[in-house]
Amino acid sequence: MVSVGQHENIEILSYSEVEEVSGYVGSFKVKIRKKARYVNEDLCTGCGLCQEKCPTKNILSEFDAGIGTRKAIYIPFAQAVPRIPVIDTEHCLHFQKGKCGVCQKLCPTGAIDYEQEDQIVELDVGTVIVTTGFDLFDPTRAPEYGYERLDNVVTSLEFERTICSSGPTGGKVLLKDGRKPESVAILHCVGSRDKRYNVYCSRVCCMWSLKFAHLVKDSLNAEVYELYIDMRTFGKGYEEFYNRVLKEGVIFIRGKGAEVTDVAENPREEGKLIVKCEDTLLGELRRIPVDMVILSTGLEPRRDAVEVARTFGLSRSADGFFLEKHLKLAPVETASDGIFIAGACQGPKDIPDTVAQAGAAAVAALAMLDRGKVTLQPYVAIVDVDRCSGCGECVLACPYNAIELVDGHAQIEETACKGCGTCVGHCLSKAITLSHFTDDELVAEMRGALRVLEVA
Amino acid sequence: MTYEPKIVAYACTYCSYPGADLAGISRIKYSPNVNIIRVLCSGRVSAELILRTFREGADGVLVLGCHYGDCHFISGNHRAAKRVAVLKRILEYTGIEPERLRLEWVSASEGERFAQVVDEFTETVRQLPPIREILRG
Repeated sequence: MVSVGQHENIEILSYSEVEEVSGYVGSFKVKIRKKARYVNEDLCTGCGLCQEKCPTKNILSEFDAGIGTRKAIYIPFAQAVPRIPVIDTEHCLHFQKGKCGVCQKLCPTGAIDYEQEDQIVELDVGTVIVTTGFDLFDPTRAPEYGYERLDNVVTSLEFERTICSSGPTGGKVLLKDGRKPESVAILHCVGSRDKRYNVYCSRVCCMWSLKFAHLVKDSLNAEVYELYIDMRTFGKGYEEFYNRVLKEGVIFIRGKGAEVTDVAENPREEGKLIVKCEDTLLGELRRIPVDMVILSTGLEPRRDAVEVARTFGLSRSADGFFLEKHLKLAPVETASDGIFIAGACQGPKDIPDTVAQAGAAAVAALAMLDRGKVTLQPYVAIVDVDRCSGCGECVLACPYNAIELVDGHAQIEETACKGCGTCVGHCLSKAITLSHFTDDELVAEMRGALRVLEVA
Repeated sequence: MTYEPKIVAYACTYCSYPGADLAGISRIKYSPNVNIIRVLCSGRVSAELILRTFREGADGVLVLGCHYGDCHFISGNHRAAKRVAVLKRILEYTGIEPERLRLEWVSASEGERFAQVVDEFTETVRQLPPIREILRG
């Protein structure tokens, strides 16, 4: 990321949103709202003094999944590129109460600018790659797991930040009461492969669950239960890692976690979380008392996927992720020429797959630019001037305003015409034909189709 | 007496044809009574083309396009919708059951829906007499 930030041909617009995309392949006009971060990007050196001295407290960090805290002026995470802080106006004392101003006073380069406003940037670009990522399933939608109701039920992302040695807890995993967990259950497929929420497999959760099991064994030496439907260790080296975790003594239970409860039925369950499940290999219902439950939440389309799809003219597949042009033959292209997709916005995928797809999208986009011209489909509507009565119906029908009435007959602007043929379907005088989809061609095709059915 | 109806489906390039493709890729079974003709947009399917399809002996005609708001050509499907609605009334006037013509929206991700639409429509048409009997008068 750092080398991307320093590359002379790459400009990063972070904290910005695309508002409008117009034009066509090779000549898109993109309108971007560059939101005010209240820090002058040209002056800021990223020293971090402002976030160190900011007097605000106890604001939950989004990056740390709400486990750690951040200040009102903050660099979102340690490796952020560009390394420029942003002011969260909802918590900043200057914006809320008109006082403070510590960051402005202390900034060695005078980069803090409370007067900054949103900027609209207009760019002319040839191609676009959409890589907007995913959201995690919100486990409060599955109340049987007790997330937010029971202590020590955490999501995979929360656990990831907790066990990360550079995270807010320094890698220490503790229960709410400060004890070390002696047993941990990891529940797979929370929000995935479930008819109530998402039917698809989120692909990455089996592997991160195995990673957690390995880390818990390694750092806590606790008992670990993995409750899975099927283990999907599909990638290079993944099956080997699964075998390794099996040998480490992790207990694998084939059965989806059905419920997490704190209602004990015997002394052994007292003060524990009890995971109920059906062990399908033993063929019996089980109650597993543990100290901590990790919910392996699935991946979902981002909540703004509908708006993003509309902005860029993308389609979405049944699961809500962006639709590629062809599942196998055009996996990074979309139905809109010159717009490409990569990463988890197209469907759940892990880092190696994302990197591969991103590379493919970048090359496809560059190849198109490098060629310097685009090949268009040869579909254009053609007017037979002798037949045209000049009624103007086609002018009204055309979605692209590509038709004008000139000297009493229709005239088509070929570069604007996309060849949909709506005017052809509308013309009462049969004066317009669509190249490669003429009436004669369609009728011949239709006759052939009927003959095939006749024989069958 | 039951018979095997012959149905021609006009499917648009950007939604319904890939939808049919997806049905194929997903190995979803659907009625073999339908033969698909690709057009760029459902807006291309003129009233005349539909009538000629009936005249050539099709027992049913399906026009398949993108859902409202999803049309690759902005509003071609709206035109198709208006045209089919009017044409159905003309068909009724000429003695051809309007049920023989159906307009449906099938998106590129709706392989299953494509199969469903085709199956349902085939059964609807099967309930009607062969079009030849009607054309003969």
